[in-house]
Amino acid sequence: MATFLGIDYATLWYLVVGAVFSGYAILDGFDLGAGAWHLFFKDEKSRRVALNAIGPVWDGNEVWLVIGGGALFAGFPIVYATVFSAMYIPFMLFLTFLIFRAISIEFRSKEPMKWWRNMWDVAYSLSSAFLAILLGVVLGNVLQGMPLDADMEFAGSWLEFINPYAIMVAVCTLAIFMMHGAIYLIMKTEGKQFDKMTRHVKEAMIFFIVSFAITTVYTLIYFPHLSDRFKETPVLFIVPLLAFLSIANIPRLIHKKKYNFAFFFSSLSIAMLLMVVAIELYPVIIISKGNPEFNITVYNGAASEKTLGIMLVIAAIGTPLVAAYTTFVFWTFRGKVQMDELSY
Amino acid sequence: MDVEILSRIQFALTVSFHYIYPPLSIGLGLIMVIFEASYLKTGNIEYERLARFWTKIFALTFGIGVATGIVMEFEFGTNWATYSRYVGDIFGSALAAEGIFAFALESGFLGILLFGWNRVSPRVHFIATLGVWFGSMFSAVWIVVANSWQQTPAGYHIVGEGLEARAEVTDFWAMVFNPSSVDRLSHVWIGSFLAGAFLIISVHAYYLLKNRHIEVSKRAFKIALVVALVASLSQLFTGHRSADGVAINQPAKLAAMEGHYDSLQAADMYIMGWVDHDNQEVTGIKIPNGLSFLIHQDFNEPVKGLNHFPKEDIPGQVNAVFQFYHIMVAIGMTLIGLTLLGAFLWWRGKLFDHKWYLQVMVAAVLLPQIANQAGWFAAEMGRQPWVVYGLLRTSDALSKVVTANQVIFSLVLFTAIYCLLFTLFVYLLNKKIKHGPDDSPMIDQRPKQKEMVEALNTHS
Repeated sequence: MATFLGIDYATLWYLVVGAVFSGYAILDGFDLGAGAWHLFFKDEKSRRVALNAIGPVWDGNEVWLVIGGGALFAGFPIVYATVFSAMYIPFMLFLTFLIFRAISIEFRSKEPMKWWRNMWDVAYSLSSAFLAILLGVVLGNVLQGMPLDADMEFAGSWLEFINPYAIMVAVCTLAIFMMHGAIYLIMKTEGKQFDKMTRHVKEAMIFFIVSFAITTVYTLIYFPHLSDRFKETPVLFIVPLLAFLSIANIPRLIHKKKYNFAFFFSSLSIAMLLMVVAIELYPVIIISKGNPEFNITVYNGAASEKTLGIMLVIAAIGTPLVAAYTTFVFWTFRGKVQMDELSY
Repeated sequence: MDVEILSRIQFALTVSFHYIYPPLSIGLGLIMVIFEASYLKTGNIEYERLARFWTKIFALTFGIGVATGIVMEFEFGTNWATYSRYVGDIFGSALAAEGIFAFALESGFLGILLFGWNRVSPRVHFIATLGVWFGSMFSAVWIVVANSWQQTPAGYHIVGEGLEARAEVTDFWAMVFNPSSVDRLSHVWIGSFLAGAFLIISVHAYYLLKNRHIEVSKRAFKIALVVALVASLSQLFTGHRSADGVAINQPAKLAAMEGHYDSLQAADMYIMGWVDHDNQEVTGIKIPNGLSFLIHQDFNEPVKGLNHFPKEDIPGQVNAVFQFYHIMVAIGMTLIGLTLLGAFLWWRGKLFDHKWYLQVMVAAVLLPQIANQAGWFAAEMGRQPWVVYGLLRTSDALSKVVTANQVIFSLVLFTAIYCLLFTLFVYLLNKKIKHGPDDSPMIDQRPKQKEMVEALNTHS
């Protein structure tokens, strides 16, 4: 297979897909997390501020999911087809919550009645939390693998996606997004709401660190194959080490009230943790439970070399553009939330 | 019911509901760009009021468009896994290109378009509006390319056999510019302009009838009418080009569109009619041998009929294809008539004098929507029984591991959500329209606004 900088196209594309999903987790992570906190605000004004904190950016954040889905479809069609059809119900629920969340944000402010706004607040907050949970369920299932047959088709029951490990990863995902979202809200709010979030962020950190520790121990005991890669190439241990350092840095920075840096490090932590996941799996993407010979890897699950090459060119042209206007939008709406007649 | 029909119903439901919105975004986007450009050029605050008002309605359509659009991207994998494996190389890359080149541009600038009025200068805001509009246009490019490849595959070769077979790209540009993509893209774009322009015409005709917002409404009505006139006339041309393409590349679809069975005969063109598939007869009003003339410029030249093809290779619902196609054409002609009439009244200086004309134009907002839907139904049902024309059958394209019960669950879910969503959409749209363009916007707060208006005043 053709290579670029000594890395073959399939592996490169694996990195690209991973980078896009990391971008998605960092960006949509904070607005899903902020959504999960929404009902903790009791008065109308705080809720409006919280909603408008993500107002101009949530839609752009969701684009990363669309790009990620497209990148997976294009680069690894077999993986895309197998995972999506195997987890039909969770994906359908995911879409449902995604729609509910979008319309809650859009419709909430359109009527002044209290019941109307409360209804959409609840819909918005619950769908944000469930989206985080479902993302975690998918990740948990990918990490532990699934039963596959010789045609690389799913060979389990439709309820297979519910299992202790998937739930553990789901809780962990919700926790890290809530921590990430809390820090984002701190950066965007003032006064009482700001004080409130500085208290909540500590709860969120404890929630995350506890759930993360339990999940890590469980992984090491029950899925020892996930650490094979690190044992083979000990130098890779640097990645989880940096991830732990990055996570440990968050409470320190919050204690010192350096919230912008804390947000940077919670973003970095998400990226590092997903990098750990990527290393644990590589070169397999979907582990075949029981029959390792049916594993779907970056090679047997990839599109043709020609397509991978084309897609790399597309990514190389597109990424700087996306980065440029994402930066421009975030810069335009930098600082604390300012509401005007255009706000939600 | 089996998984195939359920999955087809679900895809048809989700995609046709989705398709109410993106054409509106494209069409409204074009006219918002015109409004803002006119404001920058003239400094006339009326244009800004229009742009701000339509931005609010745009926000509503765009939001629902995004939320319902991701559904399709996922459904390829969840419901059509075999299809996804088969075409991933090609369809996937078009979809990824759409995400990175179009959707990111669109959603990135959307925040500034919606919330940036008081944050950035009018010039920067105009650029944001332009970015959103270009994004929506590029979106259509990649989606239509992907769909056109399913109609007229090109630039690929088949690797593997049986279950392992899949299409791989050999020539990217041949894949992008496959035989039908340019004609169909222009047809889709113009259909979208019509959807947007007729919404604007409808709302402002309503204000004129109610004696509200008279000045801005006249201005907006005229701009949208010009767009609609040019678009409806060009649509005749792109439609004809598309039909020519179908005649060459998908003759079975063309035969179904006109209910033509006998290959040895010249083909008629129907104004309207009903196909009796069992007896292979069409009853209706027709132009004898009209289709032969349209395709071959010769009234006596035979056209390949449905009987020319093996039974298993022709669309299963010939009458439906026929009806959808004819609804689209009839509406297209009506739109030309309505806009020409408007142009005539305008020329006589009586555009806003006839109440009945304004009333008709209020209702006409539904026509481009129906035509867009009908056109797609004709195109997609006419492609059957293939999901990729001549290569992969729809019945072979399903997810093997998904059961009927699972699809029933999601179908019920989507039906319920979309009913709710549509009700809310109509309610809120109606409310925004009733409210009208705001008369007291905080217009002076825009950065560099004063300087711009002053500069314009000193120039003129």
